[in-house]
Amino acid sequence: MRGFAPILIVTALLATVPLITSSNVVLNFLVVALLIALVGQGWNLLGGYGGQYSFGHAAFFGTGAYATAILQVQYGINAWLGLLIGIAAGALVGAVIGALSFRSGLKGSYFALVTLAFAEVLRIIASVAPITGAGVGTLIKLDLRPEAFQFQSRAPFYWIILALVGLSLVLIRMIEDSRFGAYLVALRENEDAAQALGVNTTMVKLLAMTISAAITAAGGCFYAQYFLFIDAGIAYGPWISVEALLAPIIGGIGTVFGPLLGALVVKTLGELTKLMTGDAPGLDLVIYGSVLILVIAFAPRGISGILLDLRRRLRSLRRAAPASLGGGHG
Amino acid sequence: MVEPLLRVEQVSKRFGGLLALDRTSFLAQAGCITALIGPNGAGKTTLFSIIAGFAPPSAGRIIYDDVDITGEPPHRLARRGIARTFQIVQPFTTLSVRENIAVGSHLSRPARADALAAAGDVARAVGLGDLLDRPAATLTVAGRKRLELARALAIEPRLLLLDEVLAGLNPSEIRDMVPIIRAIRDRGITIVMIEHVMQAVMSLAEHVLVLSEGRIIAEGPPQAIAGDPRVVEAYLGHGAAGRMLAAGTGHA
Amino acid sequence: MLSSVILVPAVLNGLMTGAVYALIALGLTLIYGVLHIINFAHGALLTAAMFAAFFAHKLLGLDPYVAALGLTPLFFLLGYGLQRFVIGPAAHGEDRNILLVTLGLAVVIENALLYAFRADTRTINLPYAFDVVEVGTAFLAVPRVIAFIVVVAVALALWLIMRWTDTGKAIRAVAKEKRGAELVGIDVAHIYAVTFGLGTACLAIAACLLIPTYYVNPQAGNAFVLIAFTIVVLGGMGSVTGALIGGLFVGVVESLSSLYLGESLGQIGIFAMFILVLLFRPSGLFGERA
Repeated sequence: MRGFAPILIVTALLATVPLITSSNVVLNFLVVALLIALVGQGWNLLGGYGGQYSFGHAAFFGTGAYATAILQVQYGINAWLGLLIGIAAGALVGAVIGALSFRSGLKGSYFALVTLAFAEVLRIIASVAPITGAGVGTLIKLDLRPEAFQFQSRAPFYWIILALVGLSLVLIRMIEDSRFGAYLVALRENEDAAQALGVNTTMVKLLAMTISAAITAAGGCFYAQYFLFIDAGIAYGPWISVEALLAPIIGGIGTVFGPLLGALVVKTLGELTKLMTGDAPGLDLVIYGSVLILVIAFAPRGISGILLDLRRRLRSLRRAAPASLGGGHG
Repeated sequence: MVEPLLRVEQVSKRFGGLLALDRTSFLAQAGCITALIGPNGAGKTTLFSIIAGFAPPSAGRIIYDDVDITGEPPHRLARRGIARTFQIVQPFTTLSVRENIAVGSHLSRPARADALAAAGDVARAVGLGDLLDRPAATLTVAGRKRLELARALAIEPRLLLLDEVLAGLNPSEIRDMVPIIRAIRDRGITIVMIEHVMQAVMSLAEHVLVLSEGRIIAEGPPQAIAGDPRVVEAYLGHGAAGRMLAAGTGHA
Repeated sequence: MLSSVILVPAVLNGLMTGAVYALIALGLTLIYGVLHIINFAHGALLTAAMFAAFFAHKLLGLDPYVAALGLTPLFFLLGYGLQRFVIGPAAHGEDRNILLVTLGLAVVIENALLYAFRADTRTINLPYAFDVVEVGTAFLAVPRVIAFIVVVAVALALWLIMRWTDTGKAIRAVAKEKRGAELVGIDVAHIYAVTFGLGTACLAIAACLLIPTYYVNPQAGNAFVLIAFTIVVLGGMGSVTGALIGGLFVGVVESLSSLYLGESLGQIGIFAMFILVLLFRPSGLFGERA
């Protein structure tokens, strides 16, 4: 989809939801789905557009969450400022991990491995460090004022996360249409060829990772404000690394709306699982893991891919379909 | 007298115990087409990789435009004006032809619209104008070779390294490509080409180098090389030149 | 310096622990060396094997060393099936997809175990678990001595398989040059599956060797596999020698450093070493270029 119009339309439509319903169930569901969409959009930039698959995006989510939580709890810093600092902290962690990994030339499985390892290191540190409350976790004090980034009802939270998601959609769309975006996609397709055309692939990857981390960290900050409690397993745990990649893959890896579509699907699946089998730990991830395998096996371009295929088929049915000239099928 | 744009000085390359290149040296004159020929495994692509910055030499220097560029990374060399094509074509498969070329055009054009427009011009220059919006994955071999060429041209190079750009093409496709390559040279771009297609080498190259087992064994104008017995031996084996003479075939 | 009375048993214990690490690493490096994939599901599969060994004892009363006789072929088949019918087909040959599929498998297996068995830690009690054998001045736990001997035997068996059987030769051929192997008629998909099966079988044996002295919970496999990953990157991806020597080395280092430093620095230390090796020498000391 070209242009910014689709983004504006979708965001505007979604913004009307709290005006139509005041059901906490619906709003809560959508807030969490949008949160995953935001986190997933971060992953999507690096993984979908850049082709570098990170298995440790929890590192950025958790950093954002802990940064804003610790700043509020230990230092009394304003929550909104905490959001900005949390995003910056996440970006910094992304830049460091990226610099280390890409300068060493890590790619593919090795890159995935090292990001996994970094996330785990952070999780272990967070589970024993006194400043994070160690095993007990960190609790943000209830303070239901807008200045403290807490609200009585869910609607403001909803609009804020929607705004963040909207911004991320705009950002990704702008990147798509920029030289940086062209270079990023080129290095995904073929790194050597990209270098031969003047692309400094290490720098491009690094920038992508930094932005990716910042977006995901924003999600972490929001999580902390919405749920008011985090611990090492929530902040840096594998669950968020998995959901961060699952949403874009299901929705359409490397597309603007992929993470949003995918997040809605993932969260719907999660709710259905809960309805059918209760809250037993582990089952939702079993479903997610299975869906991941199924999507890779049968629909690697996700929902967006399916929709694009459908559109192409409909178009070619409508036309008189002349035989294609000049160049057969690759 | 034209200046040599490229000077390869005593370049050697060792892979473990194997000496792939042994003190190879040559000059590429500006605005000329220099061909690099030789049997498979002679080290031609290794030499290209070294010149283009993809591998460092074990010894020796590469001088480009009087600057020592030895060991500089590929993207820096591209900015200096050195472009290369790959022996095994490497298109950006999910992108269209125009988007492929635009990646190169972006080198001097930050704006997306400019790069896409410039890509169109480059495509038309190599005859891909009709296929601009097709996915690169749908091109035939000939189309992909032209795309490879177009991408390299898009960075507006002064030195173009063509690695077997005619390989895999049938005779009529080769006949179509030769004038395109000549037109590139006519625009002032220096070309060094690795090639096995002898008819193209003969009609295009002003200077030919023969590489065998990592060493340059002969160099000169195409006609001189064609009759050189050492070159025949390199391709056909020891004593082949003598046998051919004796059998009265005369030329290589 | 500590006296040899303390050092020698520490080293010997390290060797025995290291042997099991080596076995786990061996499975991982075998899979990498032939299929050129990093098996992200290795930890979850080890956990599954440990649960299997646990329940073999709990429900069937089987001694783990006896259970191994049944679990090894079972897990070989499991590994074979996973590669042949899930990983291979789902990935369509693309490296990026293989990554995701093995990750998906890891998530599914680990959480299925979590869902089925909860997070509780379980152990089994064996009558001989605390018996010791006297070796010189050292008293070594019987299960660990058995583990060491079994690992040596398995390594030997694998070596013989690779050297003398047709399948082994086919595996080596595919590892070296897949296209060529295909061209001479080797069924590469089958060989891939066999290799994966061998890797998983190693896990089954390792699980049976571990269960007499270690606990099991849904996270258990991950701790060991992290060490295995570190060994494999240290010793070289795809290098069997590297896995074996690396395993013994890491076992001894761990044993000696816990003498001096205690347990707590352990996990972070291993991760740190792992990350450092990945960053600076991912091809390891013996292995192929990354």
